Amino acid sequence: MAFVLTPEQESIRDTARRFVHERTPVAHLRHLRDTGDPTGFDREVWSEMAALGFAGITLPAEHGGAGLGYAELGLVLEACGRSLVPSPLVATVLLGASAVALGGTLAHKDEVLPAIAGGERLLALAHEEGSRHARYRIRTTAARTTDGYRLSGEKVLVLDGHVADTLVVVARTSGAAGDREGITLFLVPASAPGVSRERTLLVDSRGAARVRFDGTAVRCADVLGEVDHGSDLLDAVLDRATVGLASEMLGGLAEVFDRTVDYLKVRRQFGVAIGSFQALKHRAAQMFCEVELTRSVVMDALGAVDEARAELPLRACAAKARATDAFLLITAEAVQMHGGVGVTDELDIGLFLKRARAAEMTFGGAAYHRDRFARLSGY
Amino acid sequence: MTDDLERFRREIRSWIEESCPPSMRLPMAEGDEVWGGRRAVFPHPDARVWLERMALRGFTAPTWPKEYGGAGLSTVEAAILEAELRDAGCRPALRSLGVWMLGPVILRFGTEEQKREHLARIARGEIRWCQGYSEPGAGSDLASLGTRAVLEGDHYVVNGQKTWTSHADEADWMFCLVRTDPAVPRHEGIGFLLVDLASPGVRVRPIKLISGLSPFCETFFDDVRVPARNLVGAPNQGWTVAKALLEHERSSIGSLRSSAFSAEEPLQDLARRSLGGEGGTLPDPILRDRVTQANLDELAYQLTFRRAAETAAARKSAVTMGETPKPPGPESSVLKLCGMELNKRRKELRVVLAGFPALAAEDPRAREWLRSRANSIEGGTTEIQLNIIAKRILGLPD
Repeated sequence: MAFVLTPEQESIRDTARRFVHERTPVAHLRHLRDTGDPTGFDREVWSEMAALGFAGITLPAEHGGAGLGYAELGLVLEACGRSLVPSPLVATVLLGASAVALGGTLAHKDEVLPAIAGGERLLALAHEEGSRHARYRIRTTAARTTDGYRLSGEKVLVLDGHVADTLVVVARTSGAAGDREGITLFLVPASAPGVSRERTLLVDSRGAARVRFDGTAVRCADVLGEVDHGSDLLDAVLDRATVGLASEMLGGLAEVFDRTVDYLKVRRQFGVAIGSFQALKHRAAQMFCEVELTRSVVMDALGAVDEARAELPLRACAAKARATDAFLLITAEAVQMHGGVGVTDELDIGLFLKRARAAEMTFGGAAYHRDRFARLSGY
Repeated sequence: MTDDLERFRREIRSWIEESCPPSMRLPMAEGDEVWGGRRAVFPHPDARVWLERMALRGFTAPTWPKEYGGAGLSTVEAAILEAELRDAGCRPALRSLGVWMLGPVILRFGTEEQKREHLARIARGEIRWCQGYSEPGAGSDLASLGTRAVLEGDHYVVNGQKTWTSHADEADWMFCLVRTDPAVPRHEGIGFLLVDLASPGVRVRPIKLISGLSPFCETFFDDVRVPARNLVGAPNQGWTVAKALLEHERSSIGSLRSSAFSAEEPLQDLARRSLGGEGGTLPDPILRDRVTQANLDELAYQLTFRRAAETAAARKSAVTMGETPKPPGPESSVLKLCGMELNKRRKELRVVLAGFPALAAEDPRAREWLRSRANSIEGGTTEIQLNIIAKRILGLPD
């Protein structure tokens, strides 16, 4: 029964919720933001999360993981989404660990995965180059040398790119920008010569970077997946990451919805609770439907990863498109229903609004995923 | 699953194998439904055979006691039966308001005499029932209904008018709400009455809709004499009975459609035929996105339907095993609301995609589009469903 949690899953969910409640309420994000923390997340908190098994939850036991699946990881992400926890779960776990687990050699896995599971190693995917998600529009080149490749180009919105120890770099080994073929992924130490990084401050207070490669030398042994056919690996990584991100978004939108319904019950105007006004009731009920529909689609997509179902790419599109629309709708409505205080920094609602926008653009928005869904369906 | 249930599943599976005619496992077309009744129409001789075999085992009303025409199954066993019938692709042997709505309230509120008179005939599909709730002046505000039932000796004399009585022209009996006492507060003073539509003084007139179809009727009562023993519950208990009936309807996810559109041509195929473009991307990017949105909405609806069914089954089996039940899943009011809005949008999009041909007066797509406009009105409007979600689920104040 994919839609009903097992007792083990319930216990993972409860552990995650308790941890988030005690250690990383929304005030945690505020503190990092207001103190201008250069990392963007708390390394100590990340160690604790790793100790709870969250970092390696989907990794096999021989690589220091818990050997569980995305259904379980999704519960952790959802709990984190409820209080906007900034952590390496997206960059290191969803993107980095997936790239190594799916495309790495045994040596790569032995080197990287246990360190990820232990919370010691941070990864980032250096992929985007333009103003929006464009999966194959890669201009960063990997030119063949006698003993490897030289990387040249510039990447933007590299999540956690400013602090990552290891970069997964998407580069072009042949063809032209936009071609699905001719793309290759490389595992590159962030400290390699010719790599320069500059942190980008994002509206949701999470960390990202602009990363430049000026003739960075990499070895053939650093290739993940197949040369020129890296798009297969890239798609597989992004499908997983998209589903994981949708879980985090589900947590965020469910939290904003709950807070808004609570507010409708306590805020009084004209001598009554504003939740008694039908104009607001009906919109709240519509949002409830959206929360429920999103939960079903996300749970199904998590199951599609774990069961390695052929329709995973379609289900990832479905989950991200729906989670994006729902998150944007509910955060916008939440601001409106909270009235003036909704646009103050003091209230958390605005932080969710900002996260919804950043999450939308990460790995492509709703329109991108509907287009991809249609394309994959043959129309 | 316990050994007993596994044995039950195997038994059901082989019974279906022996009993369900192959023609009854083909996908249904419009008009293939069997509604039973004195004037029952069977689209295929096998449909009658299938109904008789199902009814003989009590499987048309599986959880009802055997003595009243049911099979006496537990809810878990009934869920297994339903799943096996679905997996085998069996057509529903009988669609029946009597089974879905009336039977459960007769079992709960009815007299022994009423159970003996009505239940088995409902389960066998011999009597077709319709519902008499709405009146010209009582739509969403149902409790304002005014059809009068005055007790004279051992009969009620009924005067008034019901409307939107679905298929009253094909039904044999009606269960309806009548005003038994105009002097008390309006939610009291309502009775739940069973009326034989063959009684003198009953007149049924179909209502022609914008779609050209007439699935609904107006039903007029002019000094209709109804035996007092046909009242279900106490004379002023009708509202309670009606609410119980609605709750039962809402809680029986099975009465909702899980695959309403499975028989329809996929939207993208219709778009391809109409918009042209050999393979590749559909040439109209805006219509292409609308098609995708509709497909994604349907996927979300179907997955939510499955989640609701799985959650309900898990709750049932937890109760059976004496465990704490899992938290409830998505409520059926959410499914109803999303299902009807989704159906409306899809029917509209089919007309838009088809273009000029759908303007032809007899084009089925146009008729279905016009019919679908009623989806968000009948059985509780969209606005009423939103009120229910806001009040019962979200706990927003009145």
